[in-house]
Amino acid sequence: MTLETIWFCVIALFWLGYLFLEGFDFGVGMLMPVLAKDNTERRVMVNTIGPVWDGNEVWLIVAGGAMFAAFPGWYASLFSATYLPLLVVLLALIGRGVAFEYRGKVDSDRWRRNWDRVIGIGSWIPPFGVGLLLATTVLGLPLDADGDRVGGPFAALSVETLLGAIAVVGFSLVHGAAFLALKTEGDLRHRARNLATRLLPVALMPLLAFLILVQLRSGDLWTLLLIGVAVIAAVLAWFKIRAGREGQAFAALGGVIAASAVAIFVALYPNVLPSTVDPANTLTIAGEASSPYTLTVMTWVALFGAPAVLIYQGWTYWVFRKRIGTRHIPPVHAP
Amino acid sequence: MEVLDLARWQFGITTVYHFLMVPLTIGLSVLVAGMQTAWVRTGDQRYLKMTKFWGKLLLVNFAMGVVTGIVQEFQFGMNWSAYSRFVGDVFGAPLAMEGLVAFFVESTFLGLWIFGWDKLPKKVHLACAWAYSLATVASAYFILAANSWMQHPVGVEFVDGKPTMNSIWAVLTNNTALAAIPHTLAGAFSVAAAFLVGVAGWQLWRKRSEDDEHRAVWRSSLRLGGWTGVVAFAVLAITGDLQGKLMFEQQPMKMASAEALCHTEKPASFSIIAIGDVRNANCEDVKTFTVPALLSFLAHNDFSTEVKGVENLVTEYQAKYGTHYPDDPQLGSLAGKPIDYVPSLPVTYWGFRAMIGFGAISAGIGVLALWLTRRGRIPGQRWFPWLVLGGIATPFIGNSAGWIFTEMGRQPFVVVPNPTGVDGVWMFTAQAVSKLSTGEVWTSLIALTTVYAVLGVVEVYLMRKYVRGGVDAVMPPKKPASTSENSDSKGGDGDDDALAFAY
Repeated sequence: MTLETIWFCVIALFWLGYLFLEGFDFGVGMLMPVLAKDNTERRVMVNTIGPVWDGNEVWLIVAGGAMFAAFPGWYASLFSATYLPLLVVLLALIGRGVAFEYRGKVDSDRWRRNWDRVIGIGSWIPPFGVGLLLATTVLGLPLDADGDRVGGPFAALSVETLLGAIAVVGFSLVHGAAFLALKTEGDLRHRARNLATRLLPVALMPLLAFLILVQLRSGDLWTLLLIGVAVIAAVLAWFKIRAGREGQAFAALGGVIAASAVAIFVALYPNVLPSTVDPANTLTIAGEASSPYTLTVMTWVALFGAPAVLIYQGWTYWVFRKRIGTRHIPPVHAP
Repeated sequence: MEVLDLARWQFGITTVYHFLMVPLTIGLSVLVAGMQTAWVRTGDQRYLKMTKFWGKLLLVNFAMGVVTGIVQEFQFGMNWSAYSRFVGDVFGAPLAMEGLVAFFVESTFLGLWIFGWDKLPKKVHLACAWAYSLATVASAYFILAANSWMQHPVGVEFVDGKPTMNSIWAVLTNNTALAAIPHTLAGAFSVAAAFLVGVAGWQLWRKRSEDDEHRAVWRSSLRLGGWTGVVAFAVLAITGDLQGKLMFEQQPMKMASAEALCHTEKPASFSIIAIGDVRNANCEDVKTFTVPALLSFLAHNDFSTEVKGVENLVTEYQAKYGTHYPDDPQLGSLAGKPIDYVPSLPVTYWGFRAMIGFGAISAGIGVLALWLTRRGRIPGQRWFPWLVLGGIATPFIGNSAGWIFTEMGRQPFVVVPNPTGVDGVWMFTAQAVSKLSTGEVWTSLIALTTVYAVLGVVEVYLMRKYVRGGVDAVMPPKKPASTSENSDSKGGDGDDDALAFAY
């Protein structure tokens, strides 16, 4: 395998890590108004992801940074062409990040309600936008010979890319519900489990539809195989969550997103961003990759950095492995 | 306005705003880790209270620093895609390293620190604080290495018309970066120092006549802040001088503009302050109060060397880098126009002075506060709280002015040519911008500025609330002994402990 291909795989892995990890914390944010009955339950929900959401978000930053370093043209073309959707995602992430930190800092219902709204909006928009971006990168954009967008600011919006956006939202919802069932106790846990069971078949449909679309557009035997794996994992997740095996269900959902993301990047290979106006303008791995020297340096950094990240992030999940419930939440204490 | 101007405004606004949060986070996180170390080593409750109080303010601020930082990374691709394509091979590397090596550590261990009180063994928890705070420092290192490459490109050669990295070591040990990093970190510590002096000074003064149980907390905080500020200023002065000398070699135009030095002088005198309009590049009618020969010394450690003025440099630059922009429609209204090599003189001249001036004022306030609190004294002067609270703003202004000076001073270049490096590794800002509609950039400029303004108000409101609340606001009331015994007998291994720092 060439260094270019390795870096294509590494970037795919960063995106996968992001979808998997921030996927569930988006889901928790989306489900807050649905599942929580009072402020204490809302705090339980926020605290299930409290220690980890920030670390999860870094996967997005590193995915972006790795694209910049390894395939500058991909980074430049994709993010300038999807300018407005990306802006909305960034605004939502800004609001969401401070909302978690600020919602409990003032003891007032109005204050909390407002920040809860920001958490809600901030948890729906980013998976939608990230789904849109990833769908765009596999389905392509109208690009000219310089890699710049032809057409208006909404060139990235189409029925197909919107389907990709909804697919990620649907996955995040189920993933969040399964995570909550796994991390909480008592009544909240049962509600989360029931919701996950009922939600799963519906919410994963858009993802399946999108995968089929990608298969028809640019799939091969490998992608077909991966889609099969995703479907099996989804069925497994459903049986497990229904049986109350929340940990296994959560892991199976991880399998769903892993197989799906890999399928999408396999379908994209050897391109990084197809041009829909002229195949000659398509950005490819070979054409956009940084110099062998840069890729070698980055490989060494990743070789030491990435396992370390997995180890200490894994440790975080271990430290906070216990289920939490309303009895763990201290009384509100703010100045 | 054109896309170029809008994109530049957006970069300026988002960067300066981001840099209001970052220095406080960097300085405070290291100081808080130090406070926690003092607590773990001595068991003195005063240090625990300090850790919790300043830790809370750190968290309020950190959240804003993180979320505004995300914009910074994506902005290069969004607004400056031509720049990203041109320099990605070398500029992307330190950026990606920051994420992979520093930012992951920072956010993961901060989570562990916030939620790990009472859950992790004391020393492990302390190690998390250090991991987090040192990672913020590492973050700063990588970002400043990336920025320094734009000021002074090294470690590259030309392959197929693009700068291609040939030594990451050169990029990471760029002398520009090695001077900028301690300078910027010292700036960060002076922000945290002024913050400690301001808040603790005010608390001390407010309860000067009472028998305040938390007095020791405020005294220790104030004195820690005062000393930190003094040391930081010393480092600022030394590294600033180093940076200046480098800049005279690497970006002579920036330094000449900082001094509004129009004509080459030998020996050159240092301008302290100007009366009149420095905007005019021939600046005949500007009267400046000068110190003879000092500029020569600052530039070359020698009181008699020649320092080149703006006018001579313009001729030199025109000979080296051309007189006109290429006639490329991508450049908008600048296509085919003469290149203006002189940065905005009022911005560079006054930015330079504001940086030094406010830095010095900030250190002065720290010294004064140390003097007024010497040997157990409690300041009672009515102007004291105003002075120290107002003092909080001074290093912020100094830092921002420094950044504005650095970034505006390198215009019209986004990548400044390296006089001794590979020929041709430079880029005009006008060539760096994305092909976008003005509507798109207006939208993002307005949206980001509005959101930043609203969040700025919220942050200040929360900070004020916690500052007023003092220690009691961050130390939850202890559970009555009887109920805690009950829950202990049920829980056994302590897993019923309340989440001490939880949301």
